[in-house]
Amino acid sequence: MNVLGLEARQVDNSPGQKPILYLEGVSVSFDGFKALNNLSLYIDTGELRCLIGPNGAGKTTLMDVITGKTKPDSGSVYFGQTLDLLKMDEPAIAEAGICRKFQKPSVFEMLSVFENLELALATHKGVWATLFAKLNNHQRERIEQVLETIGLTEHRSQLAGILSHGQKQWLEIGMLLMQEPKVMLVDEPVAGMTQQEVERTAQLLLSLQGERSIIVVEHDMEFVRSIAQHRVTVLHEGSVLTEGTMEEVQNDPRVKQVYLGD
Amino acid sequence: MLATLYKQDKLAIGLLGCIALISVLVPVCNLLFPVDSVMHFSAYTVSIMGKYLTFALLGLSLDLIWGYCGILALGQGAFFALGGYAMGMYLMRQIGNRSVYGNPLLPDFMVFLNWTELPWYWLGFDHFGFAALMVLVVPGLLAFVFGWLAFRSRVTGVYLSIITQALTYALLLAFFRNEMGFGGNNGLTDFKDILGFNIQSEAVRGSLLMVSGLVLIGAFMASRWVMLSKLGRVVTAVRDQESRVRFLGYRVEHFKLWVFVLSAMLAGIAGALYVPQVGIINPSEFSPLNSLEIVIWVAIGGRGTLYGAIVGAVLVNYAKTLLTGWAPEIWLFFLGATFILVTIFLPDGLVGFWQRHKHEQKQ
Repeated sequence: MNVLGLEARQVDNSPGQKPILYLEGVSVSFDGFKALNNLSLYIDTGELRCLIGPNGAGKTTLMDVITGKTKPDSGSVYFGQTLDLLKMDEPAIAEAGICRKFQKPSVFEMLSVFENLELALATHKGVWATLFAKLNNHQRERIEQVLETIGLTEHRSQLAGILSHGQKQWLEIGMLLMQEPKVMLVDEPVAGMTQQEVERTAQLLLSLQGERSIIVVEHDMEFVRSIAQHRVTVLHEGSVLTEGTMEEVQNDPRVKQVYLGD
Repeated sequence: MLATLYKQDKLAIGLLGCIALISVLVPVCNLLFPVDSVMHFSAYTVSIMGKYLTFALLGLSLDLIWGYCGILALGQGAFFALGGYAMGMYLMRQIGNRSVYGNPLLPDFMVFLNWTELPWYWLGFDHFGFAALMVLVVPGLLAFVFGWLAFRSRVTGVYLSIITQALTYALLLAFFRNEMGFGGNNGLTDFKDILGFNIQSEAVRGSLLMVSGLVLIGAFMASRWVMLSKLGRVVTAVRDQESRVRFLGYRVEHFKLWVFVLSAMLAGIAGALYVPQVGIINPSEFSPLNSLEIVIWVAIGGRGTLYGAIVGAVLVNYAKTLLTGWAPEIWLFFLGATFILVTIFLPDGLVGFWQRHKHEQKQ
């Protein structure tokens, strides 16, 4: 047991499992600049995948494409083999089970921690259903559970705006959990965190893998090393440069050249 | 419901009490006491109070869309005017053959234009029920179509504000035209009866004031209930972090549209209550300036609180009544200066200032 009381799950991430997310030949360009260039990526069910790459490698654009914010010029994106994500908009993709944590912590600062989680709760999200929504016991328990997981039980009635930077990041991860996602996209979860907070976040993410697939985009190499148990993907200039274990990737001369060499 | 409201929000309950008191006391004293008594309120007081209460409802309607949803709608006056026209059309049909031309089928302005029959869109306005329905349907439908197009294409911020302003300006120009069949420049006036009672009588004026007060209280309670529901929290979240809400799986545009339509309908009701009390509706109600003034009421009162809008609407209009009687040429300067001062020194408005003061006292 570690400080947080979370146990890191050991998951069999051996290849050969069915991919849950499938991107092939995706290209996106902005005013002639190719943000993604014929990119192909496959994420397995229950996998924790780390995506690294220098600035401008296309990491955030990739997340935008998966979550429906940006439509690619070409290529195909499938979720669970049958759902064509390119035909869906953001709320539909979120409902299907792909959730995203933004780079900059984006929680609802004028609402309490509890209310933030309440809004994220997986339930009917139509206007009328929301107007008459009342939490049942099961949903209340679920919120308590998530509060426990992200370590914010004591802060439940505080306004999210007065949380520390790290706590906001955890709250946002908590909001993702409330949505009961199949795939979590986590964009730079430890940016601006203290060393202690970074360690806690690593434990949190490790405890979450297995039940769902998690894609972590991160700059902090120390952090990636601490969570990358299986495969790491290196992006460069909008395409996949290489894929492998952290060790293989670190020893790849091309990677050293574009990213780790400095 | 009142008990929990009282516990949570003493200011709101005090305000509701004031509204109830005004809307009962003023007409009753007007009717019961003789003109020379100190307890007597003049017919002028009755009509001006009634006007303030309809403005308060109009301010409340803007607070829903601006204060909670973050959409600075600069065309709220358009919905108010449309509601007013719907009521005005009913009142015109009640004139019958008592008009100047004495034509039992057509209002005077149509006779003047040599029209021989009533345009189709005037049909049904003989019935109060139909007119009352149109008071909700016309502003609501316009808000629905306009909002559906704007929110679906994700028009936000200043652009949206400008289009709403353009919307009310376009309606202003349209209603000015005689061929539109709404009385052109002069609008609709010279009303005689409402529901069979003489609209000029003190009893009817008093009743209109009471109804305005009741409707305002009802609208306040309903808006408060909506904003305390989960929908209210989603809407507040949209105001602060729109894309986050979308990634949580909510269709943001549906929520905006819902609040926008509700807000337009409330504004329409306000207009419908306003017209019989002032006795006229003309295209100047569509003036973009009117819509800007509503924004100023809400800003001064404090947005995102509901009662701030009511306080702001009443105070600003009271100041307007005083100042325009005393020195009409400085009114706009005064309004502008107040707006600037409030924006700089009381960014949360009077109510926000009061709340912060209370909060500090507690600590």
